[in-house]
Amino acid sequence: MSSDPEKSGNEAVVPEGTAAFGAGPGLDSEGARVVEAEGGDGRQTGGPWAIAWRRLRRNKFALFALGVFFVILICCLLAPVWANHVAHTGPNTTHTLEKLHEGGEVKEVVEPSGKAIGPQWFSAGGKFFLGADGHLGRDEMVRLLYGGRSSLFIGIVAAIITTVLAVILGLLAGYYSGWTDTVISRIMDVIWAFPVVLLAIALGIVLAVGGLEIGPIHVKSSSLWIPTLIIGVVYTPYMARPLRGEVLALREKEFIEAAVAQGAGSLRIMFVELMPNLISTIIVFFTLNIANNMLLEAVLSYLGAGVQPPSSSWGTMISEGFEALYSQPLLTIIPGTAILLTVLSVNIFGDGLRDALDPKSKVRFEARAGTSDPDAIGPV
Amino acid sequence: MLRFLIRRILGAIAVLFAISVLVFLIFNVVPATNPAQRIAGKNATPQLIENVEKEWGFDKSLPAQYWTQMKLIFTGKVQSYQSHINIDKRIAEGIPATASLCIGAAIIWLAFGIVFGYFSAVRAGGFTDKALTVLALVGISMPVFWLASLMLYYFTYKIEIFPASNYVSLSNPWQWFTHLVLPWISLAVLYAGFYSRVLRSSMLDVMNEDYVRTARAKGLSQRRVMTRHVLRNSLIPVITLFGLDFGVLIGGGAIVTETLFNIEGVGLFTSEALKQQDFPSIMAVTLFGAFFIVLFNILVDVAYAYLDPRIRLGASAT
Repeated sequence: MSSDPEKSGNEAVVPEGTAAFGAGPGLDSEGARVVEAEGGDGRQTGGPWAIAWRRLRRNKFALFALGVFFVILICCLLAPVWANHVAHTGPNTTHTLEKLHEGGEVKEVVEPSGKAIGPQWFSAGGKFFLGADGHLGRDEMVRLLYGGRSSLFIGIVAAIITTVLAVILGLLAGYYSGWTDTVISRIMDVIWAFPVVLLAIALGIVLAVGGLEIGPIHVKSSSLWIPTLIIGVVYTPYMARPLRGEVLALREKEFIEAAVAQGAGSLRIMFVELMPNLISTIIVFFTLNIANNMLLEAVLSYLGAGVQPPSSSWGTMISEGFEALYSQPLLTIIPGTAILLTVLSVNIFGDGLRDALDPKSKVRFEARAGTSDPDAIGPV
Repeated sequence: MLRFLIRRILGAIAVLFAISVLVFLIFNVVPATNPAQRIAGKNATPQLIENVEKEWGFDKSLPAQYWTQMKLIFTGKVQSYQSHINIDKRIAEGIPATASLCIGAAIIWLAFGIVFGYFSAVRAGGFTDKALTVLALVGISMPVFWLASLMLYYFTYKIEIFPASNYVSLSNPWQWFTHLVLPWISLAVLYAGFYSRVLRSSMLDVMNEDYVRTARAKGLSQRRVMTRHVLRNSLIPVITLFGLDFGVLIGGGAIVTETLFNIEGVGLFTSEALKQQDFPSIMAVTLFGAFFIVLFNILVDVAYAYLDPRIRLGASAT
């Protein structure tokens, strides 16, 4: 948390003649990265994106994980279709007193003891595919799909919020030295020193009780936007800090001097010159952020500071299911497995993406004293 | 070293102050409802709300409110109006259980994280590395409830290997141990996965260093280079992370694990307070949690400066 050595602005010290020298420096530096990354491997041509894509394509495991994620996403988006055309019930509809007729057999959805019906698969035409939950007898599969919508919505939208905030703050703090940097960095330090879960809990419980009012904007306390905003904000420093560091390093490069010499304004330099150089970091962070967000959502909802009932999310479902762990373990295990699968697929894909986009990773492997042939060493 | 320490402590005090202001603002300014009523609880009588208003200083200006509330919390006078207990005392009582949970889990995750990370890096790109990477990613992606509920269901109910959990104090060591095995494992898995990833990438970085090449050129065996030169230097980021994570856990970050296993530590207290929407308790826990983290941050920095003189000198130069 000490101050940075690179405090002096560079705009004032652009030597004459560098403008011509650095006419296409953006491309030059990309070119340099390509050479560094592929180290004389003749097969690999094309821009950095093409190379990254080729590497990613070779990583079948990461692509498979991406496929799994999209399958889960599409299933959850199709929740209303399943609810209306297969299960014929809604996520919050209770079936406490209903009976199920199955080939001459009659089953109660919720037994008098409070134990709900188990998975029926397709024997009831898709109704109670995964059984019913606790005392209320709601269709578990329908709730799972709708809950997935909430969890994925929070995961993805919060990641977008984090990314937008972090890019703006990182660029501002890194590009403008001086008090802008000091103020932003110190605020980041404070949030950083705060445990993410505790901060999110504190905000979550306060807003879940009172709702959020900022000027004309009024968000109801049961809104999905509250956990989304909270998760988006608490993870911002974790992304803004590394971005700021990258901007600090990039700011000293020739292509920025060239842009300054050409008379480009600060906004242009930040968003047109600097930002493209951050894209690969941003993409990787964004992906891994989705996974973290979904885990934090589950924790918050489990503790009652996230998604509020009767809305379901995978976190609230685990929380409700856990009360009946010993009589109906599936009610905890099913939503838990859904979170595990989704987060795992995002993490595996993000890991592959990082290897594909980060040229250093190949260099690292090559550093292994040439013990095996280079083709065998793909990104993991 | 002394100058470094003083600088660091002064910085920490500033951060602590900022955190307390942030917590104060979260609980007093952000919400749109009457603050005294929230502090007093859901079923408070008008009389109680009036008392709370006086005690917490809601009739005064914001800075005066801040001062009154911090004084209440840090002099150990803060009360929960719903469960009628002294909050600071309750937190102090929870610390042995929380510490038992965190220390045990930390030993497990450090051992597994370092062993897995080491083999992953030594065999980078090979099958072992890929398998360990997937394993680590599974650990990182696993929601703690999932693992905990599976273990609870199978190991305490289906096959009764372990006792259904709650905390038994250390005065009965065997009971203490068996009651904590499952919580330790479920808390450690996430960190073990994460640490093995960190150590792996740190080791791959260090392998590029000149002194590693020198060591190889000297003719040292692969194992000796790896353990003595690479592993040792790669452990620095792991130690840093460990300090931070451990601080977070001790400060109440093991809420979910404690709740699932019914371990009566700080985390379980927090989650009970959350269920009852007991604001004074949540506020106190949040503050103490943040303070623990800042404390461990300092400890890490000091350990770090002690281990690596470059940092100490660099820090005092700026």
